[in-house]
Amino acid sequence: MKPAPSVILFTVLSGMGFGLLAFLGAGFVQPVGWLAFFHWGLGYGLAVGGLAASTFHLGNPQRALKAFTQWQTSWLSREAWASVLTLVLLAPVALSDWLGLGWPRVTGLIGAVACFGTVFTTSMIYAQIAAVPRWNNWTVPAMFVSFELTGGALLSGQVLPALIGCSALILALYAHKTKGDVAFAKRGQTLGKATGLDQVGSATVFEQPHTSPNYLMREMIYVVARKHIARLWPIAFGAAAILPAVLVVLLPYHLLTFALAALIHLMGAAASRWLFFAQAEHVVGLYYGQR
Amino acid sequence: MTQLPTHTDKKLGLAIDLDTCVGCQACVTACKGWNDQGYGAALSDQNPYGADPYGTFLNRVHSYQVQPDIGAAQIINFPRSCLHCEDAPCVTVCPTGASYKRTEDGIVLVNEDACIGCGLCAWACPYGARELDQAAGVMKKCTLCVDRIYNENLPEEDREPACVRTCPTGARHFGDFADPDSKVSKLVAERGGYDLMPDLKTKPTNKYLPPRKKDIPQEASLLAPLLDIQATGFAGWLDKVLGKLG
Ligand code: SF4
Ligand code: SF4
Ligand code: SF4
Repeated sequence: MKPAPSVILFTVLSGMGFGLLAFLGAGFVQPVGWLAFFHWGLGYGLAVGGLAASTFHLGNPQRALKAFTQWQTSWLSREAWASVLTLVLLAPVALSDWLGLGWPRVTGLIGAVACFGTVFTTSMIYAQIAAVPRWNNWTVPAMFVSFELTGGALLSGQVLPALIGCSALILALYAHKTKGDVAFAKRGQTLGKATGLDQVGSATVFEQPHTSPNYLMREMIYVVARKHIARLWPIAFGAAAILPAVLVVLLPYHLLTFALAALIHLMGAAASRWLFFAQAEHVVGLYYGQR
Repeated sequence: MTQLPTHTDKKLGLAIDLDTCVGCQACVTACKGWNDQGYGAALSDQNPYGADPYGTFLNRVHSYQVQPDIGAAQIINFPRSCLHCEDAPCVTVCPTGASYKRTEDGIVLVNEDACIGCGLCAWACPYGARELDQAAGVMKKCTLCVDRIYNENLPEEDREPACVRTCPTGARHFGDFADPDSKVSKLVAERGGYDLMPDLKTKPTNKYLPPRKKDIPQEASLLAPLLDIQATGFAGWLDKVLGKLG
């Protein structure tokens, strides 16, 4: 699948943003005054900025509001609802922290749970697609939620949650990679099976249906992106989970430590999200004798 | 509405005969020609005469080489368009309700006025039946020529999909798969019509008719039956004598 920068940005930034909002909402950190403004502002900025980036790849973004209508069947629609509801739910706590109003934090707790719910809906947009075997399993939500936990903990300066997040992330990334590497073969589809021509003999492509790539090939058979896979996986593991954990343990507890760890984590997250798309193979590639 | 109907009165679709398809691409052209001027946004092309042409099509014809266990390799041409699945994953993923399946005849359509062009339905379709038009930014797919099959302004014989109407070898058949006596249902029963990737549980309406078994070339001499004849009379005597001499 094509690793579109807007989608990578959207999922990485909004995941981190909702992570931070969850920690703020649950009261792990309770900044006051302008510090609260900047903290909450960062959370809201990342979450909303990510959501805004997701509209960049739409063909007709002016109708984006219509995406709220089909929550009964569509995970994309559920995500739209979940993110807006979460952002609204957390607003009173944010306001109260900033202006020192002392309002009850219970909506913050509910909002924190909703933050994880929102990222779960994002992950299900991918995990639901049976035509992309690498995505079609539980490791996708596990990975997205672990990213949210780690990113949120780092941005809110929480040592123990950050270590838990990094460990969960290593496990989730490992599970996603190992399960993903055999997923396509496990789905058992081949050119012969996809066309039904295996009843005749062994089928290979004789001639492509068109001489230059079409939408399907550009969007779903994006082979170019797979060049640097072997180099990117260690970067993803190292930068997203291992290095940030090492940094928060070894360096003194300071804003700069967490800023550095979060920045490195962000790079790792982007690398892993790139791999998430680039390595995912769609079964339609079989018709083209490619994957 | 992206909830799938539990039942459709008809199941309109195509039976595609892989035995007779010659890969002439006439259906590809006819499909583009018809759908370029009727239903919804035009099927745009980008850089059509340049080095890297790109365009939206609703129907594509692949060409495969198939090597059977015995006998010569065959070329099998393989048209690919929307299968109008009963459990269409492209419909349920759509956030806007633009994608829907009709209760009356089971045709899967896109309401372009509601489509935001997110492309998720194209990801969800295992068969590559949807292409996002680059000029209009909306999703295009086979409409089963819904604007022909019910169109009373057209002469009777033209009220079938453009690809079916144009196919010079009659490799594409249109009809109602819910009716066991329809031409397409009978063809599927007779020829062993099959679904594409049934394990993905999309329950396609369109069926593919497999290529017929090819004759196996004869190895033995065509004169074989003659060589075995026992001669009688004079010829028999001569046969015996010559046999002894040899
Ligand atoms: S073939 Fe693809 S686009 Fe057509 S109904 Fe089935 S899943 Fe949807
Ligand atoms: S591209 Fe259009 S029809 Fe397809 S899922 Fe998005 S909104 Fe629905
Ligand atoms: S039925 Fe119509 S829209 Fe569908 S492939 Fe044939 S010509 Fe194209």
